[in-house]
Formats: sequence, structure tokens, C-alpha cells
Amino acid sequence: MTVLTLAKSLNEGLRRALEDDPKVLIMGEDVGKLGGVFRITDGLQKDFGEARVVDTPLAESGIVGTAIGLALRGYRPVCEIQFDGFVFPAFDQIVNQLAKHRLRSLGKVSMPVVIRIPFGGGIGAVEHHSESPEAYFAHTAGLRVVACSGPADAYPMIQQAIRWDDPVIFFEPKRRYWDKAEVDSAAPLADVLPLTAARTVAEGSDVTVLAYGPMVRTCVEAAVAARQDGRELEVIDLRSLAPLDTEAIFASVRRTGRCVVVHEAAVTGGLGAEIAARVTEACFYPLVAPVLRVGVFSTPYPPSRLEDQYLPDLDRVLDAVDRAFAF
Amino acid sequence: MAVDGDGAVTAAPESAGLDGQAGSGAEFIQLLTPEGERAEHPDYPLDLSTDEVKALYRDLVIVRRIDTEAISLQRQGELGIWASLLGQEAAQIGSGRALGPRDMCFPTYREHGVAWCRGVDPLKLLELFRGVSHGGWDPAEHRFHLYTIVIGAQTLHATGYAMGIQRDGLVGEDGEAVIVYFGDGATSQGDVNESFIWASVFNAPVVFFCQNNQWAISEPLERQSRIPLYQRSRGFGFPGVQVDGNDVFACLAVTRKALQAAREGQGPTLIEAFTYRMGAHTTTDDPTRYRLAAELEAWKLKDPLERVKAYLVRTGSVGADFFEAVEAEAAQVGKHVRTSCQQMPDPELMSIFDNIYSEPDSLLNSEREQFAAYLDSFEPEEAAQ
Repeated sequence: MTVLTLAKSLNEGLRRALEDDPKVLIMGEDVGKLGGVFRITDGLQKDFGEARVVDTPLAESGIVGTAIGLALRGYRPVCEIQFDGFVFPAFDQIVNQLAKHRLRSLGKVSMPVVIRIPFGGGIGAVEHHSESPEAYFAHTAGLRVVACSGPADAYPMIQQAIRWDDPVIFFEPKRRYWDKAEVDSAAPLADVLPLTAARTVAEGSDVTVLAYGPMVRTCVEAAVAARQDGRELEVIDLRSLAPLDTEAIFASVRRTGRCVVVHEAAVTGGLGAEIAARVTEACFYPLVAPVLRVGVFSTPYPPSRLEDQYLPDLDRVLDAVDRAFAF
Repeated sequence: MAVDGDGAVTAAPESAGLDGQAGSGAEFIQLLTPEGERAEHPDYPLDLSTDEVKALYRDLVIVRRIDTEAISLQRQGELGIWASLLGQEAAQIGSGRALGPRDMCFPTYREHGVAWCRGVDPLKLLELFRGVSHGGWDPAEHRFHLYTIVIGAQTLHATGYAMGIQRDGLVGEDGEAVIVYFGDGATSQGDVNESFIWASVFNAPVVFFCQNNQWAISEPLERQSRIPLYQRSRGFGFPGVQVDGNDVFACLAVTRKALQAAREGQGPTLIEAFTYRMGAHTTTDDPTRYRLAAELEAWKLKDPLERVKAYLVRTGSVGADFFEAVEAEAAQVGKHVRTSCQQMPDPELMSIFDNIYSEPDSLLNSEREQFAAYLDSFEPEEAAQ
């Protein structure tokens, strides 16, 4: 066990993937000498060379489009999109091309491409640097969408994503890059939790709280606070947004009878809406309250001086828990 | 046309007009005139045996026949839509026959002639336009990627593939190259321009083969460019060449040279094959709404098949029996395409859930089960009818 930040854990995971498979490539803007604007690829070009850690021209569609071509040639590209709001120029290549190649070829072509996206707010950034675009991708058949929440999971998850034979959109909570935790880098990948499985990070019997990415820590802190009020929150880190680990979700909700979904994305058309519908359908009788969503409003992301009040926090989670109990 | 600072519409510079686009100067490569006379170009020596010319002619005739059959099949309701290659046969056969067996090819959705050169069964193309599949052939087997419908997206795939060839160490002696097809309209797409940049700065072994057929559905070339398209490459730092796209000899020679340069590590080349879309954009299009019949008539005189036929007759080496045999073979291919298309079964409905992920998916499995149960619920009623 080693204590690492989330950023370093991802860096070590990428390093391990580059070591394990010569077909793994890293490509993106500033990922080489600079090591990425968040230093996630720090030192990798120095050790693996410019052919495997590629500083690309500044065009996101080009990054994903050429990654598709490299995958067709047998490579396993890991693309870094520098910030969440910059993924949209690559949207066509992701949705129309990357996600569709397997079906277009009737299964003859695989697309083992990972697209890493630092996402979410909370770092005082300018416009387009604090977005939560995960629902767009979870809505698209052919893509796998995952989000890590901390150092311990991130190390195996990035390696599992790279080994996956389908395209994986890999979201990283940028404001948690500096969170530290113990990482078990010796555990074989075969023994760790599968990439598509959710993880229960706090056990409780009163209400199921579902979160992913940056909101996992917020919800764990809410669980600690709620315990002082005598309420037991069961916090589940979804990890995989597509597919959803519905078995784990439903099993928890059937025990607790209450469910709150928390994300930084807008509630309108967000993952929470999808989860609420599925939970309601599968757990209608065990539920004692409607599934509630905690997210942001149906507005563009505000100027960052307002983001602390804009983003869901511990109190907003607890407020939703209160409302779930008020039914 | 252009709009000046006062908002007035003014004429575009002379060079933007169609007349300034091709045929002027030594940069327009032509090795076989529309009349079927051989022309020479110092940079593109081409020595073809009569058998080789006859083989090219056979290709041209057969792919035109496949195209004609497909249009008829669409009219008969057997295909949902068809994108005709009429008029572009020389550009496709010339470039397609320039490819080596290990070269990789990335088409649009109109490269039926190149598909023919790569051994893709024409029926696989018809499957796509009939609505039976989205393609389905094996790109690796044919060294011919799946048709790409979104305009220009494949140029990036081709460039990435070429970067893979570099990483495999297969540039240089015994190297491999990639060719990617796109049209005049695609040159306005961001992806095409991004692929030019990528190919240029990484010196990727890729040939950009632009079939400038003058029309992007209804939009003429001057809506895409003020300069001849082949000149675009100069700004990206690699060579561009304009070739008579209706001249199968020139398309063959120019593409061969560009592919060889790519294989040897000299990087990308842009080829603009100056041609004409003789038919509609697709069978749903009506070109009489936006272009003049006189233009079509002028291009008929530059037909890519007739000039090869004239050359073969002129050189005296080929008799009527050859042309009759080619026609007969084309008719056979046409008949095969027609009858096979009519008999083509629809895919299994439940196959919609297949080939989306590399492993079984619980959500898709449950949706499949629910849909099957729903469909089953109708069966007794149908049986009673």
C-alpha cells in the first residue's frame, strides 16, 4: 500500500498500462513534455518516447478520429481531452464513429479506445472548464462510461478501461485530483472489482445515496454528518454510468426504501433521471418515498465565484435526505 | 460571389470560377485525352501493356454496369437509396488499381469502383443501401474500410491508421500506405483540414484522394473554395496535384506515385481528381433544380470509358469481340447483382441487439427479452387470421 493523490494514482495506472502492453498509446494536448495540464501523464513521454506518448495538434476531433484509425491498426489509444467542455468538437467522432464501428462491421472491428476527461467544477475556472457532460455519452449505445472518485479505485480502473475492448469514456473528478488515499498497486487486476460494478463506500439502512466522481466524497461526508442525527446513509459509488450496476442499486434501495441520486450535472435529462425511473420501476413497492435528485439547475455553469453555492454540497444532500424522510 | 464591407454582393475573383479550376497549365495531369489520344508527362511516365489497358477498360465497364443496376433497383423499390458513381469511374478504377495488396483504403459511400478493385462483393454495398446492414464486410480482409456516411470523418481514421503504420516500422523499403477518399464538399469539413494537419506534422504515409465532382448535392465548387482544391495542400506543407479525373491512365499514374512516396516516408500528397458527377447526388436528388443541362452535355464529351475504348480501337490492337465479351460479362454481373438483391433476406429483427459491445450486456439482454415477449404476445392473434 502506498499513499497517492488521485492524479498520481492515474499516472501510475497509465504507466503500468504502457509497460504491460506495447500497443497502448497516450495522445492529447500537452500530454508530453508538460505531462498534461493536470500532470496526469507526467514523466510518461520521457520514459516511453514520443511515438507512444504523443503531443497532438490542438483539435479534439482530430485526437479521437486518429485514435480510431490507430485502433483499426491494432493500437489501444488513450486520449486525453484537456477539459470537459473541450470534448464537444470530438462529439461526432465519438458518437457517430467510435461508438458505431462494432455494429457497422457486424462485430469484426473492435474499438479499444479510452477517452479521459477531467470533469466537474470547484476549481475556480473560466467557462467550459467545469462541465459535467457524462449524460450525453451514457445516452449513446456502444460506449462505456465510467467515473473514478478517488485514488484507490482510479489505479485499477484506468487499467481496466484500457484493457476493455469497447470504447470507454473515463471521467476524472478534477477537483479531487489532489485527494490522497492508500493505493494497492500490487493487487492483480483480475482480483479487483470489475469496471462495471458499483462500490458501497458507506453502509447504512435508512436511505440509499447514489453518487459518482466528485460527489462521492461529498456524500460520504454527508453520511458522517447524518449519523450524528441518527440517520444511516448507504452511499454507493456508481463508478460505471453505462452500464449501470442496477443489481447493486436495486438491492440497496429494497433494503432502505429511499433513494437519493447526487451528481454535479443538471438534473434535467441527467443520469439521476434515468436512475430514478429504473429504481421506481424495479423497486416500486419497497420505496416509501419518491426517488429524489440532487444536481445543479437548468442553467449554464455560472461564473466561478458562485460555484460553491451552485454545486451540490453536504447540506444539499442532507436536505434531499430530509425530504425523502418527510414523505 | 462575395460580400464586401458594405454588404454589397460582388463577383468573386476570376480564379474562383469553374473555368479557373482545371485544365490550365502544366499542373493538370492528363495522359489520355478525351479523344483517346495518349499524352505524356515527364513526372508521370506510364507504360501499360494492351492487356493492362483492357483490364482497366473491363473494370470501368463493369462498375458502371453495377451502378446502373443499382439505380434501377432503387427505382424498383429494392434499394432505399443509391449514391451513383456515374462519371467517376476512371478516378476510382485508376486510383483503386494503383493500390498495392497491403495498402489500406478508406472510402466515402460512393467508392463502388474502388470496392470492386479491393474485391468487395457488390452485394455487400447493396446491403447497405437496401437497409440490410450498415456495411458488414471485413475491412482487414479487403484492406478496404467500411463506408463512412458522415462527410470527411474517415480522413482522420485514415491518418490515424497511417500513424499506426509508422509505429509498426513499415515506412520505407517494403512500406505500406493508406489512401482516403473524399469529395469537394468534404474539403470544407473541419475533420478533413485536421487530417491534413495531422498527416503533415507527423509525416504520415497517407494519400488524400479528393474526387472533385463539382457538386456537393446542390452546392457548386465555388461555395467550398476560391482556389483550386489541390492548391490547399500547399498551406498545410505537402504537395498537391490536380489530375484529369476522367482519365484512368492519369489517375493510375498519379496515385501510384503518391502512394510510393508515402510508403517511402515522404509523407502525404493531396490528389484532386477533377471529374464530374454525371448523375444525381443520390437517387433522392434532382439535379435539374440547380445545374444546367449544358454543363452535363459538355462533360459527356469527356466520358471516362469512351476515351479508353477509343484508345484501344485507335491503337488497333483490340477488335469488336473484346468489347462484346466485356459487355457480356458486365451483363452477367448486372444480372447477378439484380437477382441476388431481389432475393436478399431482411436481417433477423433480434439482431438489432447484437454487435454493440464486446461482451454480453445485461441491459440489452433484458430489453431483448422484453421485446421478444412483447412480440410473442401477438402470435396467437396472427395465427388465427
